[in-house]
Formats: sequence, structure tokens, C-alpha cells
Amino acid sequence: MSFINTISELMQSIIRIVKNCITQLSTAKTTTLRYASHFAVTLLMALIILATGGCGGSTVAPEDLVVYSARKEHLIKPLFDQFTVETGIRVHYVTDEAGPLLARLKAEGEQSQADILMTVDAGNLWQATEQGVLATVESTVLEKNVPSHLRDANNHWFGLTIRARTIVYASDRVKVDELSTYEDLAGQQWAGRLCLRTSKKVYNQSLVALMIAALGEQQTQRVVTAWVNNLALPPLSNDVKVMEAIVAGQCDVGIVNSYYFGRLMRQYPEYHLALYWPNQHGEQAAGRGVHVNVSAAGVTRASRKQDKAVALLEWLSDIKAQQMLMELNQEFAVNPQVKPLPEMAAWGQFKADSINVGEAGRLQVQAIKLMDRAGYH
Amino acid sequence: MLQTNQQNLISPSTIAVDGGSRPSKLNILITIACTAIVITALMPILVIALSWTSDQTSVWQHLIATQLSTLLRNSVVLVVGVAFVVVILGVSLAWLTVMCEFPGRRWLDWALMLPMAMPAYVLAFVVLGIFDIAGPLQQSLHAWFGDAYQHVDVRGEPVVIMVLALVFYPYVYMLARSAFLSQSSDVLEAARVLGMGRSATFFRVALPMARPAIVAGTALAVMETLADFGAVSVFNYDTFTTAIYKSWFGLFNIHAASQLASLLLLFVALGLLAERSSRGRASYHQSARLQHRYRHKLSMIQAMLACGYCLTVLAVAFIIPVSQLMYWIIQEGIATIDLRYLNLLWRTLTLGALAALLTVSLALLLAFGKRRATAKVRVFYSTASLGYALPGSVLAVGVMLSFVFIDQTLIAAVFAWLDMPARQMLVGSVLALLAAYWVRFLAVAAGPVESSLERIRNSVSEAAKSLGAGPVRLLWSIYLPMLRPGILTAAVLVFVDVMKEMPATLLLRPFGWDTLAVRIYEMTSEGEWYRAALPALTLVLAGLVPVVVAVKKSDIR
Repeated sequence: MSFINTISELMQSIIRIVKNCITQLSTAKTTTLRYASHFAVTLLMALIILATGGCGGSTVAPEDLVVYSARKEHLIKPLFDQFTVETGIRVHYVTDEAGPLLARLKAEGEQSQADILMTVDAGNLWQATEQGVLATVESTVLEKNVPSHLRDANNHWFGLTIRARTIVYASDRVKVDELSTYEDLAGQQWAGRLCLRTSKKVYNQSLVALMIAALGEQQTQRVVTAWVNNLALPPLSNDVKVMEAIVAGQCDVGIVNSYYFGRLMRQYPEYHLALYWPNQHGEQAAGRGVHVNVSAAGVTRASRKQDKAVALLEWLSDIKAQQMLMELNQEFAVNPQVKPLPEMAAWGQFKADSINVGEAGRLQVQAIKLMDRAGYH
Repeated sequence: MLQTNQQNLISPSTIAVDGGSRPSKLNILITIACTAIVITALMPILVIALSWTSDQTSVWQHLIATQLSTLLRNSVVLVVGVAFVVVILGVSLAWLTVMCEFPGRRWLDWALMLPMAMPAYVLAFVVLGIFDIAGPLQQSLHAWFGDAYQHVDVRGEPVVIMVLALVFYPYVYMLARSAFLSQSSDVLEAARVLGMGRSATFFRVALPMARPAIVAGTALAVMETLADFGAVSVFNYDTFTTAIYKSWFGLFNIHAASQLASLLLLFVALGLLAERSSRGRASYHQSARLQHRYRHKLSMIQAMLACGYCLTVLAVAFIIPVSQLMYWIIQEGIATIDLRYLNLLWRTLTLGALAALLTVSLALLLAFGKRRATAKVRVFYSTASLGYALPGSVLAVGVMLSFVFIDQTLIAAVFAWLDMPARQMLVGSVLALLAAYWVRFLAVAAGPVESSLERIRNSVSEAAKSLGAGPVRLLWSIYLPMLRPGILTAAVLVFVDVMKEMPATLLLRPFGWDTLAVRIYEMTSEGEWYRAALPALTLVLAGLVPVVVAVKKSDIR
């Protein structure tokens, strides 16, 4: 409440100043004086604005942590706040796309204030590792809490939540036994019944990258080309649109991240939509499991507070924070001790692809070029 | 735009350009300042152009083999389409509100500027929200006609063009409107007396005289279109700019992205140059007399058509989207408003105001410089405006790299001299953010400021000088009062554009300096369109403030 009072006092004093100036202005006789005072008032206002605007911004004390995050504010702030309550360490962050954040981190080099880089896919952290901006972290806690395929082989970064990219279908028009694998959606029976999100989204790039890892480039190219031929609509801009198109009857199946499904169904429980976990049975590639990616984080090489940064990562991988992360966005916890929420458990148990998610980064460029050739845009 | 009564005191007559530059102290000072502005503005572009030193043949081969032809075609179609529509909309609306009298004209006159406050990406997601397959319109049609109704995918080219044009037409409208307002009616009357019909008067007299203003407005719209990423991604429409982002974010190749971006800039520069040379030596003289404007009284049917036309544009571009946003907010509940929200609004307005002040001041300085410069130097000065055509993130990275360079060389050296550990002073400071804003939006401020400066005759300042006025007095008592309409227009445009700006704000803002645009980004990038409605509507409403202030401050009727 004191904040409101401060603001209102401030506003009142500003208004008072402005009023005074205006009265003086109107009494000013010559044009010169009038315009000079116009300018003075503007300048004064600017200074006031700068001064008051500045105090609300946070200044980074030497002992505070700084996070560059591609994960959005409302999905990280509650956690950082809790971390501060428990440890007394304050956390500052900037959010942006991973690309610009990485460019900034790289350009700032040794002088960067950033202690942690956080992204919503493993690919960008793989790239950050390639560029040499991440430090290796030795932590038995992280090694215990994060399964080995969900972190970098050399401990540059660690998965925090699992994002499963799976099949969604119209439960009133499709029978479950019609579905089997991602590759199966390339079949004739799905002609004109498939909806996909744009290939420009990293989620699809990772999906295809790990398909290349499982099937090889030629086979994957055939699958993706057939997907494109099966599309009922040109690729859509996001996962929600894919599901809405299915609900509207434009297509029968699509591929989405499970938490988008969870969020939509919480809003519209009456929708005839259901999730399907593909690639659960069969030999090798056909039974490799559901494609998963991770939101993940690594400690920067420039960080002068690596101990604290590691402490934050360890805290994030612990049961309590993992539970919070899961509740915030219905993503699966990386920590095997944390059980899914009831509504997530209702989607059924599934086997996830156990390939190291970093492979998605290594094969991403190849995947994008493949999708370009297949006409998937 | 925005005629003031001051113009009645000293009326404009010719485009006045100081021919030979007299080497006075003031001139030298101005030249140095202008050169500094241009070099600063070009620095990020230079950083981007440096990407050509790295070899990206494989990416280019891939692009040429797969997408390049589609991208070029799409970008050209988009630019031509948007240019065509904004000219039609902007000029026709400006002509109607300035030259004709019909019911509602007085408020439509300023209301038609409002769509400018609507960010393109917001209109895009609102339009798709309403008209998409799963949207309320098609769903109720489907419910009405049953399965006989065939859903229509509205994400086609025409819709993308219309969405962008509806957001960008106010540039043309505002500039054309002020051009028409400053055309004295005796020229038009003379044309009529000499036997020209009404339409001939419009096409052969009024339109050619307004050409510089219309072209300036269209150029802004085209550059915005080329740089747009938000709106086209909502439609999944591939352009040159989406390819730039894909090369950067997807192929992890910032060099290839920069090369693409610098090519884009080259096209824009060539386009602008071509227009300038086609205009040739033609100059646009204004008659000296401004008197009470005669407005053509439309017949009943004509008036209804005119009013209906203006209302339709306003409804589609502003009223319907705003209502949809309000509906979403009510649906979502306004519980999300809290103190932090107030902070967002405050920051957004602060940054907008500061950037507007700074950008307009620099544009003014540059305009004075151009007035005194030779033709070649003037072209050099004009290059400062190029940053506007760059996709936001690319320019932001250019600015960021420039500042990091300054931080790590100059400022680090100062710290070393002081025997202190080096730290970053510029990147992540308000200063860097403001710099990014002015580099990006100098083009927006330059247009109105320069065109109003062009209308001040040299003889005016000479008269003042001969009466003993020094340069300061000259600026305060002659130039600033006479330039007020142009300065106000420029300030409004920059203010609104800065508030809408997303990529540079994201990358360069200090910790905790979130703005409304940042909040919109956070929500939309997670697919939570409905939750973005509140910051989006706030942004639109906040954008109204400067527009309304400018309208009030200027004597437009």
C-alpha cells in the first residue's frame, strides 16, 4: 500500500509542478519566453520521468544472480521469488528469444552479468555449448535429479522440465487403434486429415531432428514429404490453432505439446479431443517412445558466482521446485521422484524417447533443410 | 498534419534551401553534429554489413534451391499490395476529411488516425481470432447452415495485405492530410475556374502537389511491412524477414541472417533512390495565401457514402478489434491487473516520451543540417533513416554489438585507467535502449519535421537576422513556433511506434524494465492470446493519449 501512496504523492507533485509552470507560461509576455519555457517544462518532465521511472527498475547488487531466459516471465518468476525467500539470494532476469539472448551473451563475453542461460529447448543450449559460453558444472545433486539423457553429456546444461510432443486427435471421428506412430501419419489413410504447426517452430525442428536420428535422413524425408501431402490446411502458426482446427472439423489428427492440450481442455472440457502417445510398441524406431524436449538451463562461463548459480539449478531440480514448475504449465518434471499431476496422469503412462535431447540441437540444421526440401514451411 | 494559426502569420511559399554553405561557426557545429548522428545511426547497419566477410555459401545454396523465389515473390506481393492499399485508403480518407463536408467529418478527422495505435501483430491475432476457422464467425455460420457450410481458411495473401494496410494507412493519411490542409484553396479554385472538373482538379493539381507527402507516408508503410515479423508469423506467411529469423534462430546462423538483412536494406535504399530521381527537379510550390477553407458540401447520398466509407475503415481497423480485445478481457477476468501492471504502463509511457523527445530533437538537428548542405551531403544525411527498414531484432543486435564494442574498448579503457574492474555501462542501460529507439525511428520523425521545415522560406529567417536576431532567438521565436505542427506529428508517431516496439526492447531493456509490448510478447509466444488482450488494449489506449494531445494542441479545423 505504501507503494500506492508514494505513487499518488508523486503524481500530485508532478501535477503541481506542471500547473505552476503552465500558469507562469500563460503570463509570459513574449513568444520567445513562452517557447523557452515550453521547452523547459518538457525537459523537466523528462527528468522527473527518468528519475521516478528509474527507481522502479531493479539494480543488480554484486551478490545477486542474473538469468537470461527464453522461458517466459510468468513461468519463472514464482520460482525465483520462492528461491529468494528460501535462500536470500535475489534473482534478476531478462526474457527474450533464445537467439538474441545467446548473441548478447556471446558479445558480452567475460564482462557479461549473466550467470544462467535458460531456454525452452535443448537445441539452443546445445548451440550455446558449441559457442563456448557455458561452463561445465560438477554437481552430484543435479546428476541425481536429472536423468542422463535430459542433460548435456559434459554437464554444460541440465533439463528442468519435460515437454512431450505427441499426437492429438478428434475423439469423435478417430478410433484409437487407427493411430500408432508419428511415421504412420504419413500414410494414405490420413490424406487431407492432418494438421501441423509451422516448421519454423523449434518444437517441430526437434521432432524431425530426432526422427532423423532414429530413421536416417532418407526415410525421414519420405515421412515429412508425405505429411505435407496429407495436410488438410497449410501449416498453422501455433499448437492451439492446430487443436482448434481439429475441433472445428477441418482435420482429424495433429501433433502438439501436451501442456497446450492440458490448458485448452481445462478451458473447454467439452471438446472432443484426446491425446495419443505414439511409438510405444514395436522394434527399434517404431517403439522408440514419445518425442520429448526439455526446458533447460546452464551456468555461463562468464559468471563470477558459479556456486550460487549451481545452487539455483540444484534448487530448481529439487522436488519442491519441480512440483511448482509442473503446476505452472503442466509440463512433466525431469526429477523422477515427482509424480505427474492427476490431470496429467489421466493422459496415461507413456514411454519417452531415451535419446539424449542434445542430439536435437546437433541435427537441427539438417532437420530444417530437410523440411524446406519437403515443402513444409 | 496539424495546421497552426502561426502559419497565417508567416506563410510559406517555396521550398527554401540555403544554396551555398557559409562557413560560419554555427554551420560547422551543425555539420559536425549531423555527421555524428548519421555515423551513430549507420553503426548498427555497418555491423550487419560486416557479416559479408564470412562465407555462407552453403546457406545461400540451400535458400536458392528451396525457398528464395517464394520469399522474394511473397515480399514483393506484400509490399506492392500494402503500398497500393495504404495509398488508396490514406489519400481518399484524407481528401474526404479535408475537402468535403459530411456528417461525422469533424470527429472522423482525428478518429481515423487511431488505428495507428494498434500494433500490427495485435490486429493480426484479433482478425484471426474472429475470422479463423475456429473463430466465432465461421462457427456460427457452421451452426446456422450445418454441414453444408464449407469452412474458409482466411489466412490468404489478401487478408495479410489488408491487415498490414489497415495498421499502416494512418502514416499516409496523416501526411496526406497535412499536405492537403496546407494547399491553399486558391490554387484549386484557379484550376476550377480554368475549366477543370472536380476529379481533374484532384488528379492533376491536388494529388501531384501532395506527392512528396504521400510518398513519404507510403515509404514508411512499406518499410514497416518489410520489417514486420509479428503479423506475418501469425498468418504463417513467409517473407524475407521470416527467412532472416529462420536463418538466425533455426539454422543458428547469425551471419547468414545479417547478410539477408543487409540485402533487404539495399532494396529499400534503391527503391527510395529511384523515387527521388523520378521526382527529379520538380519542386512543389505553395501559394502564399491561406484563407478560410471552403469545403465541398456533398449531396445527401454522397455524404452518406462518404460517412459510411470512413466508418467502415474505422470499424474494421479499430472499433471491432478493440471490442474483441475487451470481450476477451471480460472473458478472462480483469484479476490480472496489479501494481506491477501500473509499472508496465508507466515504463511504456516513460520510454515513449523520452524516445520521442530525443528522436525529434535529433531529427530537427538533421533537418537543419540538410537545409544547409549540398545535394550530395544531403543524400549522406538521408542514409540515417535506413534503420527503419531493418527487422527489429536484427537492428537490435546491431545496436547491441555496437554498444558492446564501445563498452569493451572505450569504457573498459577508462575503467582500466581508473584502476577499477571493468563493467558494462551501456548494454542493459536505458541509454542503450533509447539509442536503439532513435536509430530505428529517426525515419519516422524526419518526414514530418523536414516537410514542415521545407515550407519556411529563407527570407523569413533572413528578415529576422537583419532585425538583429541571434541564432538562439531565431530558433525559439521563428523556427520552433512555425515548425510546431511538424514537430508534434513527429513526436506522436515516434511515441506510438516506440510503445509498440518489441524486439529492441526485449534485448536491450535494463532488468525489470518491462513494457506492455514485452508483456504481450510473453503471452502470445506461449500461445495465450486471450491473456495478451489486456496489455494489448492498454497499449492501444495509451497510444491514444499522444494522438489526442496532438489533436488538441493543434488547431486542425
